[in-house]
Amino acid sequence: MTAAPDMTTGAGAGHKPRPLVAIRDVSKQFANGTIAVRDVNLDLARGEFVSLLGPSGCGKSTLLRMISGLGDPSRGVIDWPTSAHDADGHAEPDLGFVFQEPTLMPWATTLKNVMLPLTLKGVDRHKAEATSATMLALVGLKGFEGSYPRELSGGMKMRVSIARALVTRPSILLMDEPFAALDEITRHKLNDDLLKLWWEQRFTAVFVTHSVFESVYLSQRIVVMAARPGRIMADLTVDAPHPRDALFRTSAQYADLCRMASNALGKAMHG
Amino acid sequence: MTDLTISPQSVPQDSGTDAENRPIFVQEDRILGIAKSTWPGILAPIIIGIVALGFWEWIVQYRQIPHYVLPGPWLIAKTLIADWGTLSGSLWITLRITFAALIAAVTVGVALAIVFTQSKWLEMSLFPYAVILQVTPVVSIAPLIIIWVGDINLSLLICAWIVAFFPILSNTILGLNSADHNLVNLFQLYKANRWQTLRHLRLPAAMPYFLGGLKISGGLALIGAVVAEFVAGSGGSASGLAYRILESGYQLRIPRMFAALIMISVTGIAIFLLTSWISHMFLRKWHESAIKREN
Repeated sequence: MTAAPDMTTGAGAGHKPRPLVAIRDVSKQFANGTIAVRDVNLDLARGEFVSLLGPSGCGKSTLLRMISGLGDPSRGVIDWPTSAHDADGHAEPDLGFVFQEPTLMPWATTLKNVMLPLTLKGVDRHKAEATSATMLALVGLKGFEGSYPRELSGGMKMRVSIARALVTRPSILLMDEPFAALDEITRHKLNDDLLKLWWEQRFTAVFVTHSVFESVYLSQRIVVMAARPGRIMADLTVDAPHPRDALFRTSAQYADLCRMASNALGKAMHG
Repeated sequence: MTDLTISPQSVPQDSGTDAENRPIFVQEDRILGIAKSTWPGILAPIIIGIVALGFWEWIVQYRQIPHYVLPGPWLIAKTLIADWGTLSGSLWITLRITFAALIAAVTVGVALAIVFTQSKWLEMSLFPYAVILQVTPVVSIAPLIIIWVGDINLSLLICAWIVAFFPILSNTILGLNSADHNLVNLFQLYKANRWQTLRHLRLPAAMPYFLGGLKISGGLALIGAVVAEFVAGSGGSASGLAYRILESGYQLRIPRMFAALIMISVTGIAIFLLTSWISHMFLRKWHESAIKREN
């Protein structure tokens, strides 16, 4: 692991409390022989906001999917030391996942879409409806409970997707380039709202992105990855206080941090 | 589509939800409850029909064509009313077989599709036989079925069912397998069991495909019933419309033949309208096919 010279190397130290997720020597090889991820070691602390930053094909999405439990690693373990485990010893973390597309059920109203995780858990319908309505209001979509996804704009659909991921109050929220398809104005607004939700609810956030600016704005920590094979090149701490707002986006500190993250990414890509 | 408009006060100013980027839907005036743009589609065929019927009546009168060669529409209409007692009884029999076959096709088709998508092995072993059943012309196996089954009504029902069930089976299988891959992943993440995935994801995703199959099968059930009846050619009082056509042919009662033919056509149209309406009712809220967007 190499760290940018003027940034502190984050995490990994033994004296910290037990991490929420401990990724140990994880590799993933697909059936066609492609090595998507090689020898990844990463600890995610409870409550932190981490970005996985890297060029396309660097295995950041694959890593995120393995953390979520979609697809097992070919080698290594992903451990959840503090989460519940089922009878077979598999971890059962309470997590939320936001895909690159909103991935809503087109036949269901906004409210029913947000309710889905609760419905699947067998939560009482009235309770689930109330919780989901509250969650929708939190993402700024009060009044749209009865709308169908096709009636919403791209940003609004993403908000519904985030509401659905958070409705179970998960301890970790995994996001796979959720705002990549949105225009910049909408993306900035959603970044702000996501940070606000994170600040209020204190879940662990893992955010996959290929945007240096987005990763710096959002995270406390940036894990820089390189492609072919996908591996971690740097682990940067973004040393700026939260809550952050539009003022931070225009500050010199933000520009400095972006430059440093950009350098780390450049080094990861070109050696 | 007035229910689509969301009042401005529900979105606070500068909410940042990019609510102003929502798609815009066509809002149309309605005449007698039917959208304005639908009316030409109803009126044009009616006008063409009236013109064609007038021409038909005129040529029959003018050329003095004998009614056992080509009866005029007026005579056919009179026959339809005069023979209504016999013909309506036959219609009722044909309708009963058609709808029984359609219901059986839906039940068996959907049930088999669900079973096939739950077990790849079952699908691999059984699907080829469903195809064989489909590609074998019903005319050629109807006599066998009639001999084996014995009961004529049940034989006709089986024939009509064979013709009708395949579109439902194959469309529903396609639909059940076409659920959004990410949604399937999402259900896995929340540890949904098979039943939950079927109920909340696969069945709704299959709905448009199933309804497409239903539209095709509705017409096919009627065709199957009529064809099988032609093959059976059974006499007696309890016979369907196809038998009335055969019988009128033997007796050179051509106006009555036309009357029976018209009843079959009208039944087919009615079934098509009914299945289209059912399809529209299920999909109008969410499916792209039922929505007009303004560009």
